[in-house]
Amino acid sequence: MNVATDAVRFVRAEPVAAAPPPTLTRGPVAWIRENLFAGPVNTVLTLIALYIVIVTVPPVMKFFFIDAVWSGSNRDACRPEVLGRPVGACWAYVIDKINYFVYGSYPISERWRVNAFFVLLALGLGWLLWLDAPRRSLGAIYFFVVFPLLAYLLLSGSHFLGLEPVPTSLWGGILVTVIVSLVGIVFSLPFGVVLALGRRSRLPIIRFFSVVFIEFVRGVPLITVLFMANTMLPLFLPEGTTVDRLVRPLVGVALFASAYMAEVVRGGLQAIPKGQYEGAMSLGLNYWQMMCFIILPQALRIVIPGIVNTFIGLFKDTTLVAIVGIFDLIRTVEASRVDPNWAAPTINTTGYAFAGIFYFLCCWGMSRYSLAVERRLAAGQRR
Amino acid sequence: MPTEAGAQAPARGSLAYDPRVRAAVYQIVLVLLVTFLIYEAATNAIANLRAAKIASGFGFLEVTSGFDISQTLVPYSAAASTYGDAFLVGLLNTLLVAAIGIVLATVLGFIVGLARLSRNWVVAKLATVYVEVIRNLPLLLQLLFWYNAVLAPLPAPRESLRIYGVTLGAPGMFASLVVLVGLAAAYLLWRATERLARSPLERTLGKIAATIIGVLAGFVLLFRSGLLEATEGGIGFLNNRGLFLPKPLFGEGAWLVPAALAVGLVGAVAFRVWAKRRQEATGEQYPVGLVAFGLIAGLPALAWVATALVAGNPISFEIPQQQRFNLRGGLQVLPEFVALLVGLVTYTAGFIAEVVRAGILAVSRGQTEAAASLGLRPGQILRLVVVPQAMRVIIPPLTSQYLNLTKNSSLAVAIGYPDLVQVFMGTVLNQTGQAVEVVAITMAVYLTISLITSAFMNYYNSRMAIVER
Repeated sequence: MNVATDAVRFVRAEPVAAAPPPTLTRGPVAWIRENLFAGPVNTVLTLIALYIVIVTVPPVMKFFFIDAVWSGSNRDACRPEVLGRPVGACWAYVIDKINYFVYGSYPISERWRVNAFFVLLALGLGWLLWLDAPRRSLGAIYFFVVFPLLAYLLLSGSHFLGLEPVPTSLWGGILVTVIVSLVGIVFSLPFGVVLALGRRSRLPIIRFFSVVFIEFVRGVPLITVLFMANTMLPLFLPEGTTVDRLVRPLVGVALFASAYMAEVVRGGLQAIPKGQYEGAMSLGLNYWQMMCFIILPQALRIVIPGIVNTFIGLFKDTTLVAIVGIFDLIRTVEASRVDPNWAAPTINTTGYAFAGIFYFLCCWGMSRYSLAVERRLAAGQRR
Repeated sequence: MPTEAGAQAPARGSLAYDPRVRAAVYQIVLVLLVTFLIYEAATNAIANLRAAKIASGFGFLEVTSGFDISQTLVPYSAAASTYGDAFLVGLLNTLLVAAIGIVLATVLGFIVGLARLSRNWVVAKLATVYVEVIRNLPLLLQLLFWYNAVLAPLPAPRESLRIYGVTLGAPGMFASLVVLVGLAAAYLLWRATERLARSPLERTLGKIAATIIGVLAGFVLLFRSGLLEATEGGIGFLNNRGLFLPKPLFGEGAWLVPAALAVGLVGAVAFRVWAKRRQEATGEQYPVGLVAFGLIAGLPALAWVATALVAGNPISFEIPQQQRFNLRGGLQVLPEFVALLVGLVTYTAGFIAEVVRAGILAVSRGQTEAAASLGLRPGQILRLVVVPQAMRVIIPPLTSQYLNLTKNSSLAVAIGYPDLVQVFMGTVLNQTGQAVEVVAITMAVYLTISLITSAFMNYYNSRMAIVER
């Protein structure tokens, strides 16, 4: 109709450059809007949380790093009036005391034995924890049988082997913390399995004793069990026999951990379908064959996270032996923080911070490991 | 055990493979073993005790104790009280810290648990860091930290940190009327903004504004009426001798206020039951929360005002006075108690937070969506669909956390708070040497607490279990 239309005809030869997505629905701005300022309540929450972060994080950073003192040989290094500036963590004190924190009063000339113990321990742990390691069953035998014997001979020594005997009263620090946890772990797993089997047993008297033991131990605080082991164990043994001061809490910790482990294992046993039991029985396996070859391997695999959680709890609970007079890490920190040579305002906090970092790394590492194992096991179950 | 049965095998071979015989043999062996162990332990203990010339039996509970305890909830003195009294003091101290700790840990734990689930990134991460740090550090270390690194370096009484606040004064007739009018005005303001608002945003902002105005107006009115009194030097003090708080003094007719509270609680529960039945029968809904709040908060307030008008102020507060070297009057809370409470609450809250999180995650998304498709509002979805189902998952582990808190309160012995373990297993055991009796009594107490708790849990589980067809 209109001739002029031809003249203004326009055909685009190349596509228009894509417009950037609207900033309000994509990208960091939108993310912030959606996650932090979605509504009035959300905004208020964000502001409160940011306030908490601002109040807590800079002082902690200042304490740990900026104002920290890294070198020095006595209290003057960490006194604000000497330094003329605010003083944060006094790491010089930790560096000065580190041997005490690790070995306790273990004789200096014999400390290589403790180091060898740590190496043997690392070997056993690595063997057991690395899931693709070769011959893991051998690793289990090493960790649960060979290693404890070696460790005992190495640490307490004997003239027969040419190692100077070291009384347990000299052991201390991280060494004792590790020993108490290890004894708990090494004893609690087999005892826990036996107790769990006892609780699931068809035999009424065996079930009764297992239930009474488990519920009794789980019903009282660990500290009372430790007090009991400390005061009553010597009473119950024939006159004249003395129990080593370190062994008493070890017995308490082992009993305590077994009861908790038993409940975890019982959860696994209950999760195994009845068909597995019936299948094993129909193959003609007896009770122990059924348990060892069919039920326990599956049950223990299910409860690995629970077992690791119990270990984490046990590791934290080992600090309680400090209350009954054993020189574990906490007790060495307590003993060294009142050293007049290191009398400075931030020594208490520094000592606790050091112990806190140690425990945090161990427990956090264990829980990360358990998560990884859980994911790996879940991968096999996924359909 | 199998070999024992096997020893008789040649004559009665089939008997050794009879499961009933085997079961009997196993169990008899176990019984014999346990009996033997107990017998050995008992005879050894008796011989050892005789050799050490330590008395046995529970007669020591009647003997004068002769030591002081720093915090006593019941009258106690070193000269006149017995070991039995010391036991009672320790038990009450344990129950006190456990009860307060459970309440505070629940509040903090729910806040942190919900915060971890928040869609707000900063809030969620902050809660995660809290939970990870708290759960991965030993409680004993945390207690020692609070006691030796936080509370011990606090200033001396002269330079106490002050807590500012207000205390309750005596209300008059006119003043009470003014307060009531003020509250009514705030409520009307709330309703008006709710009705006039055109969008959700306006409504929320309006509600916030009304609340702020209401609270401010309420405070002004309260001060003008004399119901609240501001104190100039602060009402509480925190120093290296502990926490000093106002001490309530109960006058004539003070019992009416807790009595009214009890009546209000019973009334609120009764109303809830009635409203639920009514809703199930007719579908009518009643404002249960509002009525319950009115009964629980309103009745005691009414009782207080009425008593004040008739007989004078029933409850007044004694404020600690700062003096040259110490504080006088008020309610002194030991630093050991503060450290233990803070440590227990922050530690247990980390675990409760995880329980709460797991419970809420256990309610599947489909439930929320189904409720929304029925036309329920978000608040209703949370209240009627999510929370009841989450509680079924939360309550059992929550109860065991409460039990853990109670058992963990025994760590008080490390910082010197006079709880059951510190007083009884520590001092009394050392003075009398009667280890068997003391340990048995202490363990019996904790066992009783834990058995009562598990009995409650079983009752709750049987009530809440899903009824399947």
